[in-house]
Amino acid sequence: MGAIFKRELKAYFSSPLGYIFLAVIYALSGYYFFYILSNQANYIQYVFSSMFTVVMMIIPLLTMRLMSEDKKLKTDQLLLTSPVNITGIVVGKYLAAFVVYMIGVSCTILFQIILATFATPDWNVFLGNYLALALIGAALIAIGIFISSLTENQIVAAIGTFAITLFIWMFDTLASVLPTGLSFLATILNALSFSTRYNDFVSGILDLSHILFFLSFAVVFLFLTIRVLEKKRWS
Amino acid sequence: MIEISNLTKRYGQKLAVDDVSFYVDRGEILGFLGPNGAGKSTTMNILTGYLSATSGSCKINGVDILEDPIKAKQSIGYLPEQPPLYLDMTVKEYLDFLYDLKKVKQPRAAHIQEICEIVQITNVYGRVIKHLSKGYRQRVGLAQALIGNPEVLILDEPTVGLDPKQIIEIRNLIKKLGKKHTIILSSHILPEVQAVCDKVVVIHQGKLVANDTTANLSHSMSTDHRYNILVDGPENEVYRMLCAISGMHDVQTLGKREPGVFEYIVEAQQGVDIRRQIFKRLSERNWPLLGMRSSEMTLEDIFLQLTKDSGGTK
Repeated sequence: MGAIFKRELKAYFSSPLGYIFLAVIYALSGYYFFYILSNQANYIQYVFSSMFTVVMMIIPLLTMRLMSEDKKLKTDQLLLTSPVNITGIVVGKYLAAFVVYMIGVSCTILFQIILATFATPDWNVFLGNYLALALIGAALIAIGIFISSLTENQIVAAIGTFAITLFIWMFDTLASVLPTGLSFLATILNALSFSTRYNDFVSGILDLSHILFFLSFAVVFLFLTIRVLEKKRWS
Repeated sequence: MIEISNLTKRYGQKLAVDDVSFYVDRGEILGFLGPNGAGKSTTMNILTGYLSATSGSCKINGVDILEDPIKAKQSIGYLPEQPPLYLDMTVKEYLDFLYDLKKVKQPRAAHIQEICEIVQITNVYGRVIKHLSKGYRQRVGLAQALIGNPEVLILDEPTVGLDPKQIIEIRNLIKKLGKKHTIILSSHILPEVQAVCDKVVVIHQGKLVANDTTANLSHSMSTDHRYNILVDGPENEVYRMLCAISGMHDVQTLGKREPGVFEYIVEAQQGVDIRRQIFKRLSERNWPLLGMRSSEMTLEDIFLQLTKDSGGTK
């Protein structure tokens, strides 16, 4: 697992992919931070609530090559015939993507420190927001790695993941336009909503059930990814 | 050392490997011979734990690959048909990664350096793999299999796509490695297997058709009753005359090679030596015999003969 984690992390920065990802996230979050500064508001939550859409859009970039590249290069043959178990392979890759993601969103720490020089910040709210961003990252990266394991084409993996994140993003809107006869569907969609839970964090509510929701989302999709690799052996 | 028993692999309706069993002793080099699509790669993929068998079992060093995959995989080095290389890494980074991946205990620098010297890639050690030629990529693939000094090496068509000089080098290398490792080597080229291996397993359409020492197999495959001959003379008359030779089984005209010179394949009946007869008859008519060589058996011929010997189908 350690070896795979290290290799994947290096791979992000031996190609333009890692740099592009970080550049996009820094540029967009920087723009939102600039907005706060120019309005002289001590309101870091604005950055976080905007980041929700941003990470949904760019996480597919981060996860697209995780499993599909190995399939294409046939290096999956190397990994699966090495003395490592499949869980180790998947978790190693997942953690590498997660670390790159955290390097990206951790620019918010810097923002908060800058804000702290002007006004007294509420560090607890900041930590809650930061945790929320980490949690949706964890859930979305798990979805991404799962989609990536289904194909050997990185573009297909990226578009597939993007379609799913877009769908998740629209859960609330969909729920509100469903006809009354389908209200049970609306209940399900609302229960699965990422944005409602995320917004709770943003407004300073730390709900354990939200934390568990995102974590279990991540675990389920990692488990499914492991099953996909297992299944390939038996097909 | 390696024990394969009643191995069967089914892809949907298609039987890729059909009830194959064989055994490889410690320190042997086994040639795994078969035409494309015979099931060689599938068998090797099962043996290395990449695929699972529909039924049957594989044991490496007494450890079943399904029951204790991690332990079994520790004693295997595998070079698949397409070397599994990360093209963005340098050779150094790649081998370092494998060293970590396989959790090798030996001192890192010395171990990697030793392997690089064995497969002769020291001069490309710092280069990015995607810039290497096919021959060097194959060697890096071989180096990958050697990391951790596994007891068993499984090499899937290691000489495919190499130039003749590289083929000879890789063969010599495999022979050298055979002194320390147990090796299974797949190929669809008979002379290659004859040159390198102690034992041969022949597989055709998923079925085992022969399992013997190389010497025995070569003997039963001897081709001293089939020749290519080159005769300077009128095509039809020469053909008719050749057919008339007693003990002749089959004559085929291959075509014109030079003005007035034609090439034929002649096949004698089993156990009859027709070489002297051919010379005598041709000289009677004053048709110079320009060349005669025993023709090489194609892999198809071998399968035909092997399947015939074992009574049609096995």
